Amino acid sequence: MATRYFNDLHNWLINEEFSSLRQARLHKAYVLWLNLIANPLALAGFLVVLALVLIATLAPLLANHDPILQDLTMALKPPSPINWFGTDEFGRDVYSRLVYGARTTLYISVLVTVIVAPIGFAIGATAGYLGGWVDVVLMRITDIFLSFPSLVLALAFSAALGPGIENAVIAIALTVWPPIARLARAETLTFRAADFVVAAELQGAGMGRILFRHIVPLCAPSIIIRLTLNMSSVILTAAGLGFLGLGAQPPMPEWGAMAASGRQYLLDAWWLTTVPGIAILLVSLAFNLLGDGLRDIMDPRNA
Amino acid sequence: MSISQTSAIAPKRAKAALGGLRKVAASFAVILTTLLGLLVITFVVGRMVPADPVIAVIGDQADHDTYERVYKEMGLDQPLYVQFATYLGNVAQLNFGQSHVTKNPVASDLARVFPATLELATLATIIGAVFGIPLGIISAVRKGTWVDHLARVVGLLGHSTPIFWLGTIVILVFYAKFSLIPGSGRLDIYNEGLVEGPTNSILIDAVLASEWEVFWDALLHVAAPALILGYAAMAYLSRMSRSFMLEQLRQEYVLTAKAKGLGQRAIVWRHAFRNIRVQLLTIVALAYCGLLDGTVLIETVFAWPGLGQYLTSALFFADMNAVLGSVLLIGIISIAINLLSDLTYRFLDPRTR
Repeated sequence: MATRYFNDLHNWLINEEFSSLRQARLHKAYVLWLNLIANPLALAGFLVVLALVLIATLAPLLANHDPILQDLTMALKPPSPINWFGTDEFGRDVYSRLVYGARTTLYISVLVTVIVAPIGFAIGATAGYLGGWVDVVLMRITDIFLSFPSLVLALAFSAALGPGIENAVIAIALTVWPPIARLARAETLTFRAADFVVAAELQGAGMGRILFRHIVPLCAPSIIIRLTLNMSSVILTAAGLGFLGLGAQPPMPEWGAMAASGRQYLLDAWWLTTVPGIAILLVSLAFNLLGDGLRDIMDPRNA
Repeated sequence: MSISQTSAIAPKRAKAALGGLRKVAASFAVILTTLLGLLVITFVVGRMVPADPVIAVIGDQADHDTYERVYKEMGLDQPLYVQFATYLGNVAQLNFGQSHVTKNPVASDLARVFPATLELATLATIIGAVFGIPLGIISAVRKGTWVDHLARVVGLLGHSTPIFWLGTIVILVFYAKFSLIPGSGRLDIYNEGLVEGPTNSILIDAVLASEWEVFWDALLHVAAPALILGYAAMAYLSRMSRSFMLEQLRQEYVLTAKAKGLGQRAIVWRHAFRNIRVQLLTIVALAYCGLLDGTVLIETVFAWPGLGQYLTSALFFADMNAVLGSVLLIGIISIAINLLSDLTYRFLDPRTR
């Protein structure tokens, strides 16, 4: 019964003679999904990212200790059945802090992406669409931001804004938008002279309408891929800022800051640095694998 | 015949030279605006600081009159564009202000710490290029085999590893557990100050002075941070050289070369590699810029007395003059490297002339 239902669903989704717009869209998503599960590395990346989201959402259920409550009698205990990844210098459970730290990581990377995607697209697409001196000015500004190594720029901004997670988000966002703007410009230029854009212009469509109704859907795949690949550098930059004490402030659990504070107790408590570092590595690797896989699937030109 | 020929060619040459001159002028305009933008950013960042710059100088115990006087002396009562002009003038004279921590002018501090970073980053770039480029080319030639997959995994790991964490783990394992490497700094304390040389790179200076013990000590100190940074550079370089090589191997001249019976080695190294040399040079330059990022973190981990450590310790003490000076220096180096690679590209690739 159930198998038959799934067979029917599969046939309805895979069928290319669409009877509705909804079917066509679901078909596209379904084909993407089939391609994704056929690529083991990309699937692994996807599963780790999914796990990150689940862990962040369900953190209160998964953690078995309070991530912030200090208990100095329990300081620097090695991993045990009670404290799965040991405890830190304040007696806090590393496993619970790791679980809550997933929230911090997800918070930073999602917020940066949400800020950067529209800004980068708007700047790049405007430059590409209008051309002329607007293009020159916007791209010069983009290049200026690109000419700084990104961590150094983020360091300078978060030093100026003061430490804190919101400021870290702003600082990282300021370093991430330029490549997105460049990509959006390049994509817009390829469609700028296309017949359907000219047709829309002749019908009296304004710039905003053309950009959002016609250019956005066409740029979306490459921008999404770029953002996914960017996630790993966002996470690494955030961890680097946390490591230097400029990201999330104590007692908020953040993986980079956790790894940094463990350095003082490196010899007595190896788990303090090792465990959060592995978490950062896993998540950033997962985003790289997923981004690579998505590029192979959605954008075969650049594979 | 010959006269008419030369007279026809001469204006063409003059035109080409003029075009080349215009291109150079345009790229200089680009450099100038980028440099100006860089200065605007550091100026704005300096103005955004929440701490009062006057109190940073005189302390919060000073009375109101002193505050007013210093406020005027620092030019803070002037309009912003005047302040920016003053800032430009100061930077042009290499005056980045004084560091509150070291009590030295920031410029002389930067001159002191920069050679250490230069040594580390150069060594790391060499390591990255020597291992990364052949790896990328081999994995392009053997696309889809286990070599390719292995190179891909190694590259992705290099992209995804938090570099400060890797440094910490290396210290834990190789210094603390096995005592194979020294833990921090550029030299052991008893070798400090033995070589003072023209290049400020301890490795080269030690060779020039034939101080082999110092050389060996310096090499041991630089090995771990340079290898870690080099790994990050290798990850990037192998990935890029793989895609460059794949593009070449798809070209038809490769098919022709195969058809006339040329071996694979000759095709790859004598034909395809020659065509990607210039592109490789550009990405090596980009990798060098990227390493400036990595040095900030790795120098902090290994207590390497360079620009990165100077920057992070200045951050820690809210020493904004030192922070902005370091950031500006790093930005200028990036621009210089990009300019240099751009010029070499123009020079080496006849199509861009």
